[in-house]
Amino acid sequence: MKFSILVNEGPFTHQCSDSAYQFTKAALEKGHEIFRVFFYYDGVNNANKLAEPPTDDRNLTANWSALAEEHGVDLVVCVAAALRRGLKDDILASGFRISGLGQLIEAGIQADRLVTFGD
Amino acid sequence: MSDNNEAPPPIPPDDDEDEFGVIKKFCYVNRKAPYGTVYALESLEMVLIAAAFDQDVSVVFMDDGVYQIKSDQAPEAAGMKNFSKTYRALEGYDVEKLYVSKESMEERGLTTDDFLVDVEVLDAAALSALLAEQEVVITS
Repeated sequence: MKFSILVNEGPFTHQCSDSAYQFTKAALEKGHEIFRVFFYYDGVNNANKLAEPPTDDRNLTANWSALAEEHGVDLVVCVAAALRRGLKDDILASGFRISGLGQLIEAGIQADRLVTFGD
Repeated sequence: MSDNNEAPPPIPPDDDEDEFGVIKKFCYVNRKAPYGTVYALESLEMVLIAAAFDQDVSVVFMDDGVYQIKSDQAPEAAGMKNFSKTYRALEGYDVEKLYVSKESMEERGLTTDDFLVDVEVLDAAALSALLAEQEVVITS
């Protein structure tokens, strides 16, 4: 099946980002296709490369980047939501790109299922 | 689209295309109060962009989300931007399928007279049927 993923909350204060990451990883391992992961609302904070969680904890930003590296997953951060939260290209982690909300609509159209992770 | 101090309109698509050649049923389910968090405002931006891409858009207001379309909002005193007029502009984007949860509305002592847009009131069973026929459901 072809999935698109919508991530609506930032890391650490919500389970949402972890669940979205685990779902995406599991879907890929099962042979499903991930058309795109779209980050909206505070979800854009997943893409901040300045984040440095303690080394004995998971680093979601690095995990997403690794997923993009290994599987070519398209990680798209909403530009309007990003600007509102001070996230710009120069602090964007590898594998992420900033683009418009039209990319979310396309993700909804192209996928068999759009799965939202939020509160 | 709105009054003074308006936010920029939704970001236009990356390419010159304003459609993807496919129309799907997009349903936005708005469940949160209009102020205090950014959910309502950013959800509205998603609604507008789906409409800009000519999708078949419905919007459901339920739980505290019914307050998003309450008339006579005055958040300015709390330092918030009043974006409620944008809901009235939805018609101009051909977003005319606006639904309100009957139970959510009644629990809050509201009637359709309290809303700044025309809505169709659906009970839980009808709402369930509406959601079942959608292809993309985005809740926030």
